[in-house]
Amino acid sequence: MIIDPIIIDTDVLVVGSGAAGMYAAIEAARGGAQVLLVDRSLIGRGGATVMAQMTVAVALGEEVPDDPANHYRDTIAAGRGLCDEKLAQFLCEDAPDCIRELDRWGVGWARKDGHITATTAPGHDRPRCVYVDFINTGPAVSKTLRMQMARNPAIRKIGDLCVIDLVVSDGEVVGAIGYHVGSSAPVIIAAKATVLATGGLTRLFGRNSASANMGGDGYALALRAGCPLIDMEFVQFFPIGHLAPRLIGMDPIMWDPFRYKLGGRLLNGRMEEFTSAYGSDEDGRYVLTRDLATYAIIKEVEAGRGSPHGGAWLSFAHCSEAALREAFGPVIDRLAANNIDLTRQPVEVAPIAHYHMGGVEADATMATELPGLYVAGEVVGGANGANRLSGNALTEAFVFGRRAGTSAGERARRIAQQRPRPRHAAAALDLLRADTSARGNTASMIARLQAIMAMGVGPLRNRANLECALDDVAAIAAELGTLPPRRAGAFDLERLDWFDLRNMLTVAHAVAAAAVKRTESRGAHQREDFPQMLPQWQLHQSVRWRDGSLEISCAPNFSDASDPRLDSPPLSGRKETVERDSVSLQGGRSGWRS
Amino acid sequence: MSQETQQIAKLKIWRGTDRDAKRFDSYEVPFEPGQSVLDGLRWLRINRDASIAVRFSCINANACKECMIQLDGHTVYACTARLEPREMTLTPLPNKKLIRDLVTEIAPPSERFAAK
Repeated sequence: MIIDPIIIDTDVLVVGSGAAGMYAAIEAARGGAQVLLVDRSLIGRGGATVMAQMTVAVALGEEVPDDPANHYRDTIAAGRGLCDEKLAQFLCEDAPDCIRELDRWGVGWARKDGHITATTAPGHDRPRCVYVDFINTGPAVSKTLRMQMARNPAIRKIGDLCVIDLVVSDGEVVGAIGYHVGSSAPVIIAAKATVLATGGLTRLFGRNSASANMGGDGYALALRAGCPLIDMEFVQFFPIGHLAPRLIGMDPIMWDPFRYKLGGRLLNGRMEEFTSAYGSDEDGRYVLTRDLATYAIIKEVEAGRGSPHGGAWLSFAHCSEAALREAFGPVIDRLAANNIDLTRQPVEVAPIAHYHMGGVEADATMATELPGLYVAGEVVGGANGANRLSGNALTEAFVFGRRAGTSAGERARRIAQQRPRPRHAAAALDLLRADTSARGNTASMIARLQAIMAMGVGPLRNRANLECALDDVAAIAAELGTLPPRRAGAFDLERLDWFDLRNMLTVAHAVAAAAVKRTESRGAHQREDFPQMLPQWQLHQSVRWRDGSLEISCAPNFSDASDPRLDSPPLSGRKETVERDSVSLQGGRSGWRS
Repeated sequence: MSQETQQIAKLKIWRGTDRDAKRFDSYEVPFEPGQSVLDGLRWLRINRDASIAVRFSCINANACKECMIQLDGHTVYACTARLEPREMTLTPLPNKKLIRDLVTEIAPPSERFAAK
């Protein structure tokens, strides 16, 4: 049976309804565009934003004097020489305006003595991270942006709509094709401009801190449409994700805000402080950057000095009940419901996949190589280099989301309505109309992929394990096949798993293949077989999809202009240019049809 | 490891897309203290039956509020309701349009596919 797709026209299509997508929708509509915001889950509920608990980095200068140039300097230093400087600069400069706009919209930033208060997060030279109490930043942001969207009739919202491919015509993105999960009806969206705001890829890893829908959709969509991805090897692991005892109703990165407010002590299995052995003496304060802390915990576990479940202890035993309650109020009750009393017992923590530094290559207007395609938030690659500074994730969701909305709206005013023809989406339509018998258990295939990635492409890597992971990923891809299981109607999770796996496997391949090629250690990418950071590797690897396989090339990360808007000193000791192709790289491993 | 008999949670799950064609499937889940009902459902999808439909996004944080179902006739979040070593009956929300199994239409009308 041939089912004709439903066709929806819009000026601007935004895919993903976290903070980046919602801000893009609001901004595009503010510029006069008709906007369609779609999400594979419910609007404003899934993704990473709603999970963010505390900090947003911004040089407001209200807590102490500050300037975006200082924020920029810390962002660049955390990025270990690989930040795209124009993106990082734009991020820091535009942040105060976005934070104040959200404040006017009533998000409720925590205040002290009449001003928006800020806390010091690791890697920042001063208190610069704003938040909403108590560990409610993400939900408050989501709610505020949803309210702003509701006030604007130019924004149409559709949840449970899964985009499976972009539609490309004559080298331009003219919309997207997908299906409604609730009914499995095929849908083609004709759009003058499309914004990808689907978040990161942490679902690829067994232990992760994000929602179940963060499987790298935006990277896969862009890649298949012909757009390059950069820095795909840099996955940030959050060092102190909750490990034990079992704790429900809480985000696993909950200990981050506790450390901001109360310090806390990180101890090994012998209840000894250990971070000083790895180059940082915390001294009860929370200063250790994420890449170093992750490395330190894994090395302690390897040396047989881990906590019982294979992590480290985190202790707040130095805090009184009153101090805990003042800082975290109702959260202390939720911990009590899980039989956890922090005044009496430490908890176990371990690194957990948290954020992706890599992503789609974009300029500072959030335009990609493909006309008509824009990116926002975690989908954007490059701003954070090899290691993201604490607090910059929501900041980039706001700043890049807003900018993507402006750019998409401007394009929509410039060009005539796009008319994607079914022939431009023929391959995707074939997938949506496929009528095959069901294969293996798709949920189990996802679980196996997560185990493979955790084992071979985690925080500490080597060639043998990475190549093993690549082989295992290819084996699952072969098992998945080239057609989804039969169309079973409403909310068929096996079918959704199939389309998720199609994206996850492609992105997993890109991450592992780029990690094999980077024969050095830098920021979040640590190679046991190449432990040094090497100057000749101060370059971005770029991944492209060509004829069904991945191709990797590299380009130096150079500073091509010092922007007069921001008076910042050059990063000391940094090489300004690296000769192109100074590192010999072959084409990617042979890929598979997807 | 302990030689004690593994404790079992029995999940009796409402299946199908038609409220009038009442059908339950029963499954057994190895029980570990501290787990949530959603942990049990996710274990079943991976190890027994991937076709079980349940809506969730944030898994454990109780942030997305998508996993509302009924447990023994009471509305709960599957991610914060504790799994217990006994028979537990899981049904879709009674006052929402049924989509499949434990999934109901909980989005506001203005955020649905059908809404124009």
